Order: sequence, then C-alpha cells, then structure tokens
Amino acid sequence: MHLDRFPSRLLENAVNEFAKLPGIGRKSALRLVLHILKQEVHEVEIFANSLLQLRSEVKHCRVCHNISDTDVCNICSNPSRNKSFICVVENIKDVMAIENTHQFNGLYHVLGGIISPMDGIGPSDLEVDSLVGRVNEGGIDEIILALSTTMEGDTTNFFIFKKLKNLDVKISTLARGVSIGDELEYTDEVTLGRSIVNRMNFEDSIIQ
Amino acid sequence: MFIQELSIVNFKNFEHSEFKFTDGLNCFIGNNGAGKTNLMDAIYYLSFCKSFLNSIDAQNIRFDQDFFMIQGKYSRLDSEETIYCGFKRTQKKIFKRNQKDYRKLSEHIGLIPLIIVTPLDTNLISGGSDERRRFVDTVISQYDAVYLENLIRYNRALLQRNNLLKQFAGRNAFQSEAIEIWDDQLVKYGQQIHAERMIFIDKLQPVFQQYYQLISGGKELVGLKLQSDLLTNDFDQLLKNTIGRDRMLQYTSTGIHKDDFDFELAGYPIKKFGSQGQKKTYLVALKLAQFDFMKEISGLTPILLLDDIFDKLDKNRVEQIVKLVADDHFGQIFITDTNREHLDVMISRLDTESRIFTISDGQVKN
Repeated sequence: MHLDRFPSRLLENAVNEFAKLPGIGRKSALRLVLHILKQEVHEVEIFANSLLQLRSEVKHCRVCHNISDTDVCNICSNPSRNKSFICVVENIKDVMAIENTHQFNGLYHVLGGIISPMDGIGPSDLEVDSLVGRVNEGGIDEIILALSTTMEGDTTNFFIFKKLKNLDVKISTLARGVSIGDELEYTDEVTLGRSIVNRMNFEDSIIQ
Repeated sequence: MFIQELSIVNFKNFEHSEFKFTDGLNCFIGNNGAGKTNLMDAIYYLSFCKSFLNSIDAQNIRFDQDFFMIQGKYSRLDSEETIYCGFKRTQKKIFKRNQKDYRKLSEHIGLIPLIIVTPLDTNLISGGSDERRRFVDTVISQYDAVYLENLIRYNRALLQRNNLLKQFAGRNAFQSEAIEIWDDQLVKYGQQIHAERMIFIDKLQPVFQQYYQLISGGKELVGLKLQSDLLTNDFDQLLKNTIGRDRMLQYTSTGIHKDDFDFELAGYPIKKFGSQGQKKTYLVALKLAQFDFMKEISGLTPILLLDDIFDKLDKNRVEQIVKLVADDHFGQIFITDTNREHLDVMISRLDTESRIFTISDGQVKN
C-alpha cells in the first residue's frame, strides 16, 4: 500500500498530524483518521475540544508542579494530607502509581524528569531549586526520594541529596529488595545481595 | 563434571555425527580443515551459547542447509543434564536444559564451566587494552554478579558524562556542577571495580607464575600487573585534575575504563620482547590459572579444551604441558593435533582413560 499519495489533502493533513504522536506510524494514523471520519460531527467536536482545552487550560501546581486544573493541585490543597512529608517523583505517572498504593498520605514534588545528558536533560531543567525552597520554608520533616533505580535515577537522587543534606530534614529513599510474592531462587543476585545487606527487623516487617 | 555424549547435525562441516567421550582425555586427530576445531566449537557452544570462532550463528550452519543442532549429555554433580542448542536460519537460537527452554541465554552460561586454550588467545597480547580488560571482566563477572552490575552502571555514567562534555563543547558552555554529579557516580562504581580487579590479580598472579615456571622449566619470571590511574591517585581528584583535558577531548580521559594489564616477561612487556613460544607459554599458563580459579569458585572441575596447543612450543615445553595436564587435578580434556606423536606420549603417561577420534572431512573414524 502506498501511503504517500492520498486522494484528499484534508485526509493527508490529518494523517500527518496523527503520525507525529509517539508510537503511531502512518498506517495506524490512517486507521485512526478513518475511524474519526465515521463519527458524528458532534462527537469529533468533543474530542477536538478536549485536546484544545487540555493544552490551553492545563496548569502546573505551583507547589508540587504536578499537572493540575487549579493553581494548587487537589493533593496539595487537601487539608487531611500530612504536609510534613514530601515524596519526590519524576512525573505524574509516578504520582498516580504511588497514589494507587493508598500507603502514602503526604505531599509530592514532581521534578519533571531525571538528569540525563543523552536526552538533553540537565540539573537546571528540573524542579530542584523549588524543592529546596519548600524545605527552606519549614515544616518539612522528611523527603522521600522515589525515583527509578536506574543509573540516571540514582544520579538525580544523589544530586538532590547534596542540595538538601545541610538542611534540617530527614532524607530517605524507597527500599530496594525482593518483590513480594517472589521466590528467592528467581530473584536476581544483585537485588538479593542488597536485600541481605539491608535486611530489616522482623517485627517491622509484620506491621504492614 | 564431564560431557558423556555429543550429537551434532549440520554444524559447520559435519552433517551428522555422534560421539561418546571418556571423562579423561579425548583426542581429535586429523589434517588441516578436517573439522577438529569445529568439534571443539560445538562443545564450546553448549557452555557459552555461542561460537568462539564466528559469532554469527547463521554462518555456522553447514552449507546449503537451514539449521544446525548440537546436543550434549553431561554428568554434573552426580546427575545427568541434557543441553540442547538449535538454530534455524531467520529464527531465534534455542537453548534447552533437560527439554526445558531457557528464557534468557545468560541463565545458562556458567552451568557448564569450560576453559579453552586456542591460538586466538594471542589477541590478548597483541590486541588493545580492551581485549585484556574484557578477559579480566569476564572472569570476575562469572563469579561476582555485583561486579558486573557495577561495571554496567559505570559504563552508563561514563556515557552520560561524555555526552555532557560533547554538549558543553557544542554550546561553548560549562557547568561544573553538572559534571560533578557524574564524577560522583564514576567514583562510586569505579573504586569498587578497581578494588575487585586488584584482588583478582593478586589471587591469580601466584597460580599463574607457578604454571609458567612449570611449563618453561623455571627459566623465566612472568608478571601480570594492573596499570591504572587509580593506583597512585584518588579517583575523584583525578577527575577534577583532568577536567580541562576532558573538555578539550570531549570525553573522559581517566578512569578504570583506561586500565590495562601489563603482560610482562622478566620485567619487560612480552608484546615487544617475547618470542612466539614465550607468548604461547604465557597464554597457556594464564588460561590454566583461570582454570584453577574457576574450579575453586564454582566447585566444579571445568572441561578443558586445548586447541592446537603444541604449535610453536619446543620439545621441553610440550613435555611439561603433557606432564602437567596428565595430573588428575584436571578433569575432562579435549585436545586437537594433526598427528599422534605428542598424544601417544601423553596417553602413555596417563592413568585415566583416553580415546582417540580420527577426523577427516567432517567424518569420524574411531
């Protein structure tokens, strides 16, 4: 099938726009566009407007920098959350993942990425200074670093640690170890080794 | 630990052959191009999931065929293991242990420890420092998964730091803070790798020297020395001192990725001053030291493949190697040669069983 020749300019424009999206090739783009063509005009308006509205009206929470509809997001403005804990994450996907655990009742701080020169992201592209600012304002007891355990995640953790270590705040990071429900013999040696070194008090382990 | 039976189909110049080996000495005798080394390669495949001669699997298939198959039956820790390797053109290589597929090939490597001495080992001497680092890294990684993990992380940090240096050069800018966070990572992993390499060399050195002396008749003194910027300097300080140069070169010019291992003979680099026979002796001794090392760590006696080992060595050294290998310290041995001369001597001295396979044109005559 030749996809470079379309009988309609309008069709071609739409396909080109869809094909710009990550993970969408020209074939998929055409399939999506043809699907949209079958919809009621009204439906398509709702679809297009939601995108427009998203782009023009979305805000970043002025406290934690998470994506939000309001100036301050509904986590930061929720009075029942414990404001002395801040969990530092890479992006909104991680906020959602941690929220789904229902184990954390503190606040977040969204960095907007992790340090990776290969992807063109340096320390100044991240919301680190604003995190330091939040700590300086006072009232924060603990910062929980919750970044990926990749090289880049570790490096970013370390960078933040260096920025905060002289301030009066406890800095912790996610535990690394054997996954729950895993059999030991199938756990990779590095993780298992780390779990032995950083073993925990049994009494603490049964409180969960 | 030893391989009892080997069955190969369409592998290199073999159409279909079956072998029953002894747990002692197995000899492959034949003229050039008969397929002696290809048999060694088949055994190597079953341990390392790849050829030691040609890493492109498709090129190891017999001409005009579309698949090859290697199967070995092993005796390991009193139980039997059947290892199967199958490769079909345009499909993924399959490895099975006792009829069960492996998810990842890396899960298999290490199950059947094996050491090979081949004429290709000369690359360790003549090649660049990366060959020697790879040799050392491979040996350490086989028993220390943390070392491998540290190495992977170090290389990742190095890649990021170099990337940053290139960006700075491109933008004509510089931020020391951004570089320093990668320095911290390099130092953290680099120091651990450095310490492990030192320990490894210290452990390997005496065994290696002993083997060399045995083969050479005690004539020459050999050394294996780690050459590293970290030996005399603090890594963190080093990175800070060389930042000017690194910015100009746009890559990191100091660190454990620049380490080398000096192969020395009587205090001089063997690369420049050693004869071919001395180099060969050096490499044989190094591989035998690796054998001892693997044996101690895995608790299994590795299979030893000696490919074309007598080439370039004088009569005395050949005799010493024969004497050495005949010792029951070694387990199952495979050896290739073009004639029976050396092998008959070896067999006459050996207490254990031996078997000779005459190979010609991809066929075996027992």
